[in-house]
Formats: sequence, structure tokens, C-alpha cells
Amino acid sequence: MNSFLEVRNLNLSLKAGMPILRSVSLNVAAGQVHGLVGESGAGKSMIGKAVLGTLPRALQVTSGEIWLDGVNLNSLPTAERRKTIGAKAALIPQDPLTALNPSKRIGPQITRRLVDILGWQKSDAEARAVELLHEVHIPDPARVMKSYPHELSGGMRQRILIASAFAAEPKLIIADEPTTALDVTVQKQILRLIAEMQQRHDTALLFVTHDLGVVSKTCDTLSVLYAGKVIEEARMRRFFTRPIHPYSAALLKATPTYTNPRGSLTPVPQSVIDATEREVREHDMRASR
Amino acid sequence: MTVFRNILIRLLTTAVTLFGVAVIVFVVIRVVPGNPIAMMLPPGATDADIARLQAQYGFDKSIFQQFMIWLSGVMQGDFGTSISTRQPVAGLVLSRLPATLELSIVALTIAMLLGGALALAGTRFRETKAEAAVDITSGMALSIPDFLWGLVLILLFGVLWPVFHISGRISPALNIDFSTNFYLFESILRLRFDVIADLVGHMFMPALALAIPLAAIIAQLLKQSLKETMHLDYVTLARTKGYGENHVITREALPNAVLPTLTLVGVQFTFLIGGTVIIERLFSYEGLGNMAIDAVINRDLPLIQGIVILFAFLFTIVNLVVDMLYVLLNPKLRHA
Ligand SMILES: Nc1ncnc2c1ncn2[C@@H]1O[C@H](COP(=O)(O)OP(=O)(O)O)[C@@H](O)[C@H]1O
Ligand SMILES: [Mg+2]
Repeated sequence: MNSFLEVRNLNLSLKAGMPILRSVSLNVAAGQVHGLVGESGAGKSMIGKAVLGTLPRALQVTSGEIWLDGVNLNSLPTAERRKTIGAKAALIPQDPLTALNPSKRIGPQITRRLVDILGWQKSDAEARAVELLHEVHIPDPARVMKSYPHELSGGMRQRILIASAFAAEPKLIIADEPTTALDVTVQKQILRLIAEMQQRHDTALLFVTHDLGVVSKTCDTLSVLYAGKVIEEARMRRFFTRPIHPYSAALLKATPTYTNPRGSLTPVPQSVIDATEREVREHDMRASR
Repeated sequence: MTVFRNILIRLLTTAVTLFGVAVIVFVVIRVVPGNPIAMMLPPGATDADIARLQAQYGFDKSIFQQFMIWLSGVMQGDFGTSISTRQPVAGLVLSRLPATLELSIVALTIAMLLGGALALAGTRFRETKAEAAVDITSGMALSIPDFLWGLVLILLFGVLWPVFHISGRISPALNIDFSTNFYLFESILRLRFDVIADLVGHMFMPALALAIPLAAIIAQLLKQSLKETMHLDYVTLARTKGYGENHVITREALPNAVLPTLTLVGVQFTFLIGGTVIIERLFSYEGLGNMAIDAVINRDLPLIQGIVILFAFLFTIVNLVVDMLYVLLNPKLRHA
């Protein structure tokens, strides 16, 4: 299976030297949904940011490659890399309340980049935006396009951000915990909407979450991240029936899923955490030699 | 409805503020020593002469009575008669106002351009030596007050490299018969480029001296605000769409970063207007501030009062404009 996104041996550290990502490798096949799971602080968002070229300045890539649609992003000059990423990938952000520019109307926030960067006609871009807003089930798109973000609810804004992510027909969508900031009541709708859009537009999806339960419903493959290290990469069915890594197994046990609907809600045992920590330290020793 | 109520409240507070200023000024200038009448008369005038003039200007009455007389005049648009020039205060003050307004507005424009450019450059090259240079420059600009900048500029562009006029507002030869006292605005409208050049040549140094400290404040506030805005999610999202650094700073961050700096810049602008008093004196620029100093020297009480009230009025207008801009630029308030 050919990968649309391939992260090879990515090492990322604070400029002070502390490792954040430890030799991360990851594949997302074209049109497939890949889950990226790990507890908060594991480095999930940093993988997404590394791919999209929006890492915080305090962090630096010490080694590794990121290939997008067969192109090594590191080999491109900055401006071209930015354009390539903008054309081939898009982000559905975590917090819809802060991801829209408060001083701009919704319409231009969807259409401007189509005009500015991809050279569309303004009228085409607007027609496209209306169509996309229909697709994400927003009633009266024309009115919404004239609104400012503060006039809309969180769920509505996340729909708009989803529509906007699909605007330039990217072949990879990175959704970074797209429902954590939302009401529980709208979380399910938004998850269903992302799955629906992914299928309709046949894009690859890197789905970042700390919730294994969500992954079980939406993903084809997944990676489990612990302290910036991928401890298991698996196809979905195999993972849920025979997880290999003890940490994965413990995580699975702690999560309510189809196969384990009530979830035992047992925390990951300390012995498993200690063993996994030891692995991470061994990795760092090997890396520093 | 609420708009109407807000305007009403605004007008009331303005009236109360101006009244308070009037009371304070009225009392203070009458309590400090110095007899305006004695200064008008030639040496050797008799006590009887002085008493007669005192009565003519009403200075023999109590301060309270004087104030009531003055106030009832003001209600009819009469701000009294200047003692030193024997002309109506209102006319004198209004004839000088345009010069000071032009100077202040040109200074504000320079400050916004300079400060904005520094803030943008400091943000574009943040965490490099260039940002440090912006910080040091604005820190230095701020640690020297406007009138000392005036002296520095006179040394530079008046003495060492004399390219600008160091005094006055306009060269007599170019004093075409203006129909208003807004010389600069009028000559721009009339496309008199020779006059514009001459006016700018006179105005450049005083305006720059006033502008430098404000530019430094704008540079610091706006850069801080921009840097905070650059971390926000919508800026990051814009980057993922393929936009470069320049676009992200000027189009995504700037419109939002300006808002929190607006109020403070407004306050600083009123300080700038206050600064015209000394700067106009330094550059012999015939504006309101220069007239104020003459009025104080001559103990011209009615004139001092008129000028102070006008300055206070200007400050409230500036605050009003800033508040209106804040609402205008802020979509969350605009539709409220
Ligand atoms: N701007 C930053 N500067 C320094 N360290 C950061 C920054 N952002 C995140 N980190 C660190 O990087 C690690 C991974 O963060 P992140 O990828 O956001 O985790 P998550 O898996 O919850 O998305 C965390 O330990 C966090 O402390
Ligand atoms: Mg995260």
C-alpha cells in the first residue's frame, strides 16, 4: 500500500535538548484513516505540527524526513514547501473558538486562500464555499458567510473549519482532537461529519485523539504514542484483538469499546508504565551513542 | 436606543469634566501671585488707576462672583476679553487652534508610521538581533522627552546640516492669503506644492520631536500585542493554508493586535497635544501652546482660561474618537 504521508525516523527536541519526539515513523495510506493515540503531552500535536510546518520556535527537528505525496518536504525551499503543504494537506483544529479570525467574516476565511494562493476566481471560490457549507449541513450558508465568528456556536464554527479544511481538495486531513473542546452532545455529530467528509472526498485522514474508543469506530490503522515514541503501529482489527505492546493492551483494557463495551476503566498498571518508561530511556541511550 | 443613551451619558460627562476643569483653572490662576492689571500699566501708575482697571475687568469682586459672571458669558459664547491684546478670547484661541491641530495630526501620523513600521519589523524578525535593535531604539527614544528631542533635532537639522527651518510656521514670502488658518490642509487642497514644501520644512522638526516618544510607545505596545497574537490558533491555521510570514503578520495578526493598543495610544496622543506647548515655544511655532505661554507670562487670566478649556475639550474629543474607533474596528461591539 502506498503511503500518502510518511514520517521517517523523526526526532524532535526542545532547543535546550530535551527530546519531544523519539524516532517517530508513521504511515498514512491514501484514502485511509490513521489514528494517532496517546495520553495528553505524548507529542501527538507536535507530529501534526511537524507535518504542517507550524512547529513552535522552541522546538527543532534534529533528524528525520517527512514525505508527502512522494515528495520529501525537507528537500523543498521554504516558500515551496509551504505551498505544497497548503495544497496537499489541511488541518481541522482542536478548538473552534480560537481557530477563526475574530475580525474577519466567515466567507473570506474560507475563500481568500483559494483566490490568493491557488489563483481561483473570486466567484468560483464563493460558490465553492457555499457548496462546502451545504456539505457540512449548515443551513443558510449565504448568511453564515457574512457572519463573524462570535455570532456562531462552537459546533457551527467547527463545521465551518471542517468545510474550510476541505476547500482546496487536500489529499490529507489532520484532525487534532477535533471534538475535545466541544459539548458532548455535538461531539458525535462532528465525528460522524468528519468521517462522512473523508469518505466523500476520498482523503487520507490522520486522526489525533487521546480516546481509543473514538479510534475504534473511525480508523483503519493506528499508532500508539508514549512519551514521543511510537510503541505500536497496527491495523485496527489486529490491534483490538491482539495488541502487542503491554501498554497498548492496558490502554485497551481501560477503554470502553465495541468488544469491551463497559470498559473496565482500570488505570494502566504502574508496572506497565515503568516498563514503557525504561524502553524510552533505552531509546535515548541508543540515540545519544 | 442604547446608542442614544451612550451619547447622552458621554455628553454629560464631557460637560461635567469641562466644568470641573474650568473651576480648577479659575481658582488656581487667581490664587497664584502676580497682578495682571499692574503689568498692563506703565510704571508710575497710581493706585487709583489700578483700582479703576481692576473694576473694569471685574477683579475687585470675589472669585465666586467672577466665576458666575464668566460662566454666564461662556453660555452665550463669550469667553471674555484678553487683557494683553484687548481682543475677544474666543476669536484669539480659535485663530491659533488650526496651527496646533495640524502640528498634532502630522506628529501623530509620523508616530503611527514610525511606530507601526518598527513594531512590524520587530515582529517579522522576532527573537533575532533585529528585534533587540527595535527594543533598544524604542527604549532610547522613550527615555528622552520630546523637548530634548527638539533640541537634538535643531542641532542636527538646523545647525550641523541645516535643511529644515528651525522657527516659525511659514516663510513670509509664501504666506498666500489663506481663507482658513489650516495652512497645510488648505494648501494641499489648493495643490500649492511650493507652500506645502515650505510648511513641511517648518513643521518637520517640531512634529518629529513630538512624534518620537509616541512612536516608541506604539512600537513597544504593538509589537508585544502582535507577538502574542502570532501564537493564536487562527494564525497557525493561516500558515497551514500556505500563507507566508509577511501575510500572516499583516493580514491575520495586525487587525486584531491593533485593538488592545488603541486606547493606550489615544491617551498618549493627548500627552502629545500637551507637549505642543513647549515644542511650539521651542520652534517659535505660532500655535495655541505658544500663545498659552505668552498668556501665562502676561498673567492674561481670561486668555489662560480659554486656552485651558479648549485643551480640555480637545482631550475629551480625542477620547471620544478613540472609543468610537474601538467599536468600529471590533466586530464584537459593532453589531451590539
Ligand atoms: N511551545 C512549546 N514549547 C516547548 N515545549 C512544548 C511546546 N508545546 C508543547 N511542548 C511540549 O511538547 C510535548 C508534546 O506536546 P503535544 O504534542 O502538544 O502533546 P499532545 O500529545 O497532548 O498533543 C509536551 O511535553 C509539551 O510540554
Ligand atoms: Mg494536543
